[in-house]
Amino acid sequence: MSGIVLTGGGVLTPRGEVRADVLIEGGRVAAVGPHLEGTGARAGRQVIDVSGLVVGPGFVDLHVHLREPGHEWKEDITSGSQAAAAGGFTAVVAMPNTDPPTDSGHLARYISDRGRQAGLVTVIPAGCVTMGMQGLRLSHLDDLFDAGVRIFTDDGVTVADSGLLRRAMEYLQSRGGVIAQHAEDSGLGRGGHMHEGRVSSLLGMGGIPAEAETVIVARDLAVAEMTGAAYHVQHISCAGTLELIEAARRRGVNVTAEVTPHHLWFSEEQVLSMDPVAKMYPPLRTPADIEALRDGLREGVIDAVATDHAPHAAHEKDVPFEEAPKGVTGLETAFSAVRTVLDPDPRLLFERMSVTPATIASLDGHGNWIEPGIPANLVVVDWHERWTPEVFLSKSANCLFAGVPLAGRVRFTILDGRLTHDSARLDMPALSQGPGGLR
Amino acid sequence: MNFLTTEGLPRNDLEEILDLADEFTQVLSRPIPRVPALQGKLVANLFFESSTRTRLSFERAARALSADVMSFSASGSSLSKGESLKDTVLTIEAMGVDLMVVRHRATGAPWRIAGWTRCQIINAGDGAHQHPTQAMLDALTLRRRFGDLDGLRVAIVGDIRHSRVARSNVFALTTLGARVVLVAPRTLQPVDCEGWPVETTDDLDAVVGAVDAAYLLRIQTERGGASVFPSLPEYVSRYGMTRDRFARLPADAVVLHPGPMNRGVEIDDVVAGHPRALILDQVTNGVAVRMAILFRLLGGR
Repeated sequence: MSGIVLTGGGVLTPRGEVRADVLIEGGRVAAVGPHLEGTGARAGRQVIDVSGLVVGPGFVDLHVHLREPGHEWKEDITSGSQAAAAGGFTAVVAMPNTDPPTDSGHLARYISDRGRQAGLVTVIPAGCVTMGMQGLRLSHLDDLFDAGVRIFTDDGVTVADSGLLRRAMEYLQSRGGVIAQHAEDSGLGRGGHMHEGRVSSLLGMGGIPAEAETVIVARDLAVAEMTGAAYHVQHISCAGTLELIEAARRRGVNVTAEVTPHHLWFSEEQVLSMDPVAKMYPPLRTPADIEALRDGLREGVIDAVATDHAPHAAHEKDVPFEEAPKGVTGLETAFSAVRTVLDPDPRLLFERMSVTPATIASLDGHGNWIEPGIPANLVVVDWHERWTPEVFLSKSANCLFAGVPLAGRVRFTILDGRLTHDSARLDMPALSQGPGGLR
Repeated sequence: MNFLTTEGLPRNDLEEILDLADEFTQVLSRPIPRVPALQGKLVANLFFESSTRTRLSFERAARALSADVMSFSASGSSLSKGESLKDTVLTIEAMGVDLMVVRHRATGAPWRIAGWTRCQIINAGDGAHQHPTQAMLDALTLRRRFGDLDGLRVAIVGDIRHSRVARSNVFALTTLGARVVLVAPRTLQPVDCEGWPVETTDDLDAVVGAVDAAYLLRIQTERGGASVFPSLPEYVSRYGMTRDRFARLPADAVVLHPGPMNRGVEIDDVVAGHPRALILDQVTNGVAVRMAILFRLLGGR
């Protein structure tokens, strides 16, 4: 294939949205401007009419669980990459809670290699903060960094030992790594399966109060301030955390934060069905928290949307709520969910779903506004198409947005100048089988 | 049709169950306490959490209606061989079961099971959520004693937070007209009772002189490690139905307990044996109430 020409779209350039054609060649954006269609036809390039659609930088997800190695019945790097491409993502950060956990460089390299083999999305491994995520001693931080890891986390569990956290922050601060925390105090959250409040009281279910998150974030911010390290709060779930982040930023603390589409949309009420698809940590909280999270994302207190895509096999979720594993999938619905619930200006959405997360993850080749010379990691979205997610490319379907009518849909995804997703093909199942199906 | 919760059940339904239970009380006092109402029906008791009184009570109720009964308890079951709850339930359903009585330690398990099978489901206790047949037998016990629940003042005392009995009673008793006050230290009260038709207090002595019934919940002494209160003696001194507190109840007030009792903890030994302690009436009424609920679900009305 010798290039692609996208014609007639609204292109998000550094100077704002411009109606233009985009010429992609050699894995890069070669030209942005009017009347490039002719150049495409002459040179045998693939010409795609994207008039009425928006062309922007491919989405970057700071938080996915691809489950490989170790839990391939839930997802693997190939199926997770397919799901990511279908969601408009060109880069994803794979959480290290695999089996074995990603606590040394060779494991990190395995994950990025498997991502390259699948060839549908850039897979960046996150590394453990502590060996085996045991919270006892530091993982091979330098080794991981040299293998390309920039985000360090024991996601799923909190780094509880403040002294250990301090040492990790000090160690990574000089190299430029980011400590990302799953913030949940084990004492306050003990025995909890959902948000502690009105609904948990009615159901007699053990709860995780919002303060389980805020006490950890407050401590971490103090340690980040002490060390000068970059600190990232994963999947913020409550209003209290936003206040802490704002106050810390005013003091100059280097803190960033992410929120998931499901925390922007659903509340604790979702658990009244007692269907385990609504089980994840941190849990869905109150309508007031949802409002605060939406405002925080609009105003930039929250930097990024991240999915926390956490696939589980159907039989694992087909149990009583308290016995179910935690997590929901989200790669294939993230854009549409954020577009629907926030109804943002396109530029704002792309900042939160592409530009800023790429910066947090130190990904130079992603999250660039469209202009000649940038690597061709792009997404084309229909801002208005209405659709209802029902089938998924992920191996798992534990998605809260299944059956929920959404506005806005990913039409094409382009990685390194290659088409990795075409929603029209998705509607023809035979063509969407296998990672090579779209190439 | 299922019987899963008392929350949201209309007063009419609750009263019909109690009226029917009154009739079955008559049946149970006959020389041959059995009617052929559910002949040929198969009831499966699925107790994934151990229980003696509730399981035996359901067995007695089903047999008094001439149904066939199979009972299952989790120990020694296929669950210990790694079979999922869903597969266990589908296996039992495939034997031709009409109705399942389910107890499970996980909240919502009976709802999940109801979604997997075509059998009718009775919730015999899920986690700390609901135990609706217990609430119905408590309501029957109070109604038979006082004639009517309208305006009746009931204090539910003890570990409300972890009690399915309390949750079921709150909705059943208030729907039937009673006024309910929940009495417990903060650590044993629900975190957020917004929307519950009750009052709450941590001071039993402040209400003990003004209630018609004191409903004492079992203190799970095995929870001691979770430090929900400093010590059992401290609990007894503030929340136990001691002889002294019993003497301060109004003269015709009664004491209830869902069992099994911790004598000397939530209830004094002498109080437990007093004629105004209706604990064994509750057990007797449990059979009639469960007959009524089984009959309503399976009786082909």
